[in-house]
Amino acid sequence: MATLVISQSPVGGFSFENCKRNAVLEGEANKVGCSLPAARKTGTTICGVVFKDGVILGADTRATEGMIVADKNCSKIHYISPNIYCCGAGTAADTEMTTQIISSNLELHALSTGRLPRVATANRMLKQMLFRYQGYIGAALVLGGMDCNGPHLYSIYPHGSTDKLPYVTMGSGSLAAMAVFEDRYKPDMEEEEAKRLVRDAIAAGIFNDLGSGSNIDLCVITKGKLDYIRPHDEANKKGVRTGDYKYKRGTTGVLSKTTLNLEVVEETVQTMDTS
Amino acid sequence: MAAATMMPYFGQQMSSKSELVPDWTSQEVSTGTTIMAVEYDGGVVIGADSRTTTGAYIANRVTDKLTPIHDRIFCCRSGSAADTQAIADVVTYQLGFHSIELDEPPLVETAANLFRASCYRYREELTAGILVAGWDRRKGGQVYCVPIGGMLVRQPVSVGGSGSSYIYGFMDSNYKTSMTKDQCLELTASALSLAMERDGSSGGVVRLASISEDGVERRVLLGDQLPKFSTH
Repeated sequence: MATLVISQSPVGGFSFENCKRNAVLEGEANKVGCSLPAARKTGTTICGVVFKDGVILGADTRATEGMIVADKNCSKIHYISPNIYCCGAGTAADTEMTTQIISSNLELHALSTGRLPRVATANRMLKQMLFRYQGYIGAALVLGGMDCNGPHLYSIYPHGSTDKLPYVTMGSGSLAAMAVFEDRYKPDMEEEEAKRLVRDAIAAGIFNDLGSGSNIDLCVITKGKLDYIRPHDEANKKGVRTGDYKYKRGTTGVLSKTTLNLEVVEETVQTMDTS
Repeated sequence: MAAATMMPYFGQQMSSKSELVPDWTSQEVSTGTTIMAVEYDGGVVIGADSRTTTGAYIANRVTDKLTPIHDRIFCCRSGSAADTQAIADVVTYQLGFHSIELDEPPLVETAANLFRASCYRYREELTAGILVAGWDRRKGGQVYCVPIGGMLVRQPVSVGGSGSSYIYGFMDSNYKTSMTKDQCLELTASALSLAMERDGSSGGVVRLASISEDGVERRVLLGDQLPKFSTH
């Protein structure tokens, strides 16, 4: 009897073949007492605000791997186009790659339309990609920029929903930052006041959330001008040591000195297999 | 399909490991919601609250859940924010294309059927409860209900979302056939107010819209302008 073999053509998207194997490996590792390396997450506080002449984006600079700080000064404000920038919270690799993919597609799109790209276009591209991956790409983004229709600010969630608002916060420190915004936000603020507000919101996240820390980066986007201020505020400078544990030469007195002249008898070379 | 069933389990596991990131950052964004749509002679009145939640945190307190699909057709969204936004975008495109082909304004029934087609085909993957309401020349004001699962039914008045359970009684006792536009607006505002008071996932402001042959009139009722009742 002939048996029919149906060959399945590879379907697009993620392949979950190794999930079972990974679970078994994790179980075995836990039995011995060690754990598998955790994905690096940007614990994070990111936020954005629309002011009179444009948009200001702010972010902290700590990247965590479990409970350890993996990078004390990482850059969370990503370039999308000359007039559009995007802050990313969630899995560091996902935010980095997603913003790079959309930045590339947007540049091609702009060349084909012959116009400066619009923030709404970037928003559409990002939400449609994230929805396609049904939340498995852990990228929570704050997208802001200036285009022919004025300043725009969007918050984009990993499952692909977006909100267009005058002020947004994302990440583990978003509640602390939102508290600052809800207290002091006013429509049509001046640039200096808005920069202070964003700086204070990120600072609230840095000092009240364990997953956020280090410095504050700011990105001010206005018509024709872009200020990428990194760092805007070094909120956590590394302390300077006040003393030294090294002793100076001569601290210990020398009682006597003996010199031994050694003669080289034989020299052999032992090769080591470094493959 | 075996792979699909494995997926949610592992997703949950990865997020529970990290203590630094609170669980509401890993919850999906849902429009907890109360939405309502009422027909009157000559048009429809639609209303919604404005709260979007991720777990216990309110991600957006001024959401606009009344989404325009065409000039005289709106939809009220409840369920997963991502799912409903994606479906609304797809249907807006399909209806716009269809309308250009026809060279005339589309029917509300067509829009409702497009929603039903997507919601029913992908019923396993989606969480979306939608009310489609609008005005067209053939049948005037119409309200169609497309709940989770992808059913389609026309109703003179319909409520949806998590807060709807609290106002079925109010709706059944206070709705009368042949109400005027202003009576419908009052009924919708009161019903939404009551639901928002009792349902934790609904709140914020009340967004109202009335759609008729003359066009769309939108209104927002802020906190202090909401109708008041004896218990609050």
